[in-house]
Amino acid sequence: MHPAAHPHPDELKALAEKSRAVKLLPNADRGGPATPLLSVTGLTKHFPLARGAVVRAVDGVDFTVKKGETLGVVGESGCGKSTTARLIMQLLDQDAGEMLFDGELVGGLELPLKEYRRQAQMVFQDSYASLNPRMTIEASVAFGPQVHGLSKNNAITRARDLLAKVGLDPARFAGRYPHELSGGQRQRVNIARALALSPRLLILDESVSALDKSVEAQVLNLLLDLREAFDLTYVFISHDLNVVRFMSDRVMVMYLGEIVEIGPVETLYAAPAHPYTRALLAAMPSMDPDRRTEEAPLAGDPPNPINPPPGCRFHPRCPFAEALCCAVRPELSPVGEDGRQVACHINTPGARHSKAPPALEIIP
Amino acid sequence: MTPLVEIENLHVTFRGERTVHAVNGVSVSLAPGEVLGILGESGSGKSVTLKTLLRLLPERRTVITGALSVDGQDVLALEGLELANFRGGIASMIFQDPGLAFDPVYTIGDQISEAVMRHMGGTKAGAMIRARELLERVRIPSPERRLKAYPHELSGGMRQRAMIALALAGKPKLLLADEPTTALDATVQIQILLLLRQLQREFDMGMLFVTHDIGVAVEVCDRIAIMYAGQIVETGTVRDLIRDPRHPYTRGLLAANLHGAVKGMRLDAIPGAPPALNEAPTACPFAPRCASAIEVCSKTLPENADLGGGRRVRCHLASG
Repeated sequence: MHPAAHPHPDELKALAEKSRAVKLLPNADRGGPATPLLSVTGLTKHFPLARGAVVRAVDGVDFTVKKGETLGVVGESGCGKSTTARLIMQLLDQDAGEMLFDGELVGGLELPLKEYRRQAQMVFQDSYASLNPRMTIEASVAFGPQVHGLSKNNAITRARDLLAKVGLDPARFAGRYPHELSGGQRQRVNIARALALSPRLLILDESVSALDKSVEAQVLNLLLDLREAFDLTYVFISHDLNVVRFMSDRVMVMYLGEIVEIGPVETLYAAPAHPYTRALLAAMPSMDPDRRTEEAPLAGDPPNPINPPPGCRFHPRCPFAEALCCAVRPELSPVGEDGRQVACHINTPGARHSKAPPALEIIP
Repeated sequence: MTPLVEIENLHVTFRGERTVHAVNGVSVSLAPGEVLGILGESGSGKSVTLKTLLRLLPERRTVITGALSVDGQDVLALEGLELANFRGGIASMIFQDPGLAFDPVYTIGDQISEAVMRHMGGTKAGAMIRARELLERVRIPSPERRLKAYPHELSGGMRQRAMIALALAGKPKLLLADEPTTALDATVQIQILLLLRQLQREFDMGMLFVTHDIGVAVEVCDRIAIMYAGQIVETGTVRDLIRDPRHPYTRGLLAANLHGAVKGMRLDAIPGAPPALNEAPTACPFAPRCASAIEVCSKTLPENADLGGGRRVRCHLASG
């Protein structure tokens, strides 16, 4: 088998069925299909610095991830997308806020952390740094299941099974060390390791960003096939707006630690409601030589999340900013019919912004 | 019109513990004031080609053959002072990471004025005035203050602007850009691309722009050369290349860039990985990954077929 090809989707489904039959870990739906897989409220993480300064990395975000969907997360450096990923994974403790996983409180009595971490796994950007250089890839993939009580032999069998699923022939690759693999192959190992505990939620933090374009496409295909075969739910974080559009069902746009807009990918890309989303999408290279970008949508660099501006955090760069925006923080609130939520005064009926729609009249 | 850059059958080989044939027969030319994008994945030889033009590769371990001329000068024959005058005076380079390209212990003003004095002569005070002008040209706000700033005090986008100012200090005729926006955020990237496009016109420079991102190349380039395994596999105007890619690798790259991809459908990905280049290719290096490969592809190296209109393709199927 070619090293970078992975099994055909149908084959993969059969393999997934087989591995469920010898399943070592419960993977059952508990809350029912309508319960979000992950429901986050008021999630906050501040990093204190010297002299009283505070990095407000994530500042009170609320969102849900539905079962079986892919939630894309976009934003520029310092917007808090990676901190959000680490909080979801509980690699960092939040300062405030809570998370419900399939209706159960993460870290609570029903779902202690160790149990939660079997169900949520993460793949990082740097494929080399996230593998132990002194362990063979087979041992790396088998490590998690052993921690969770599988015998060494069973864990190794499982690891080889998974390596085959991500397109790495175990006969050729199982005994290799990370430095003996290419970047794309290493990222496949990381994906296999993340799947080793039969998780339901996979957090992909810039997982394909370091790969070359042709290899990136292969790994995206693999992720699509795995999602189907294992009924996975993805949180897909990337700075590449094309990739997010291709992979996601819904997209969440972050700016300086806050969510500015969240909604279905197609309508959000077609008609962004928040001025920042609009600017971010307009900054994408056009791919059309006859319609090159003529004007940069925003000036200057994204500001530092240390001591962010008051009111709407985007107001210093926003072409529509008015007095209200400098003073009052806009709430994330529903807009339109497509389930979109936007945090912008322009979209709030009755707000004291000249572009805001009039207040809704309550007809008695 | 004589070309600004003329590269003829360039081969670059690195010797050491293992031999790497990084560039294997690149021929390309650039007209004055033209922007050529060199597009390829890591290891395709795009950065090596660029560095060869400034003779930045380690001399003792690098074997360079072929002909290389910039503005009528034979680059491979330059020595000592001539080479030093050439670097920055005729051709100048901007790098991916401006944080590494600046010396952290000198101010931005010191570093730019040093380059101005080196190439233009004059006094330190005069060079500082010129440095201030250059910062204005790259649209750095409050340039007076930035002259006294150290590189770490600037944001990523500002640092990249300052590096462009540094590269322009010697009024070069050729600007070499090695992935200058790869490390930047999306909203900053587009600012820098627009700035480069504008400065290239204002200073009437030729520009070689190396990138792995087709979208970025479309924004700044007139023509694009696609590199694979140390060879240029396809050259053409941006329009032709995007609308009608002829080489199977170009087609694969466009698909991988999600050009016209349908959401949720599997991508038409190129299988496999690029070759290791321990040996110079004797057959089409793309053949093992190519869906349309025929017998001849794994036997002989395809010729560079000229399809007219500046279009050249290195593929057995295109030359028919």
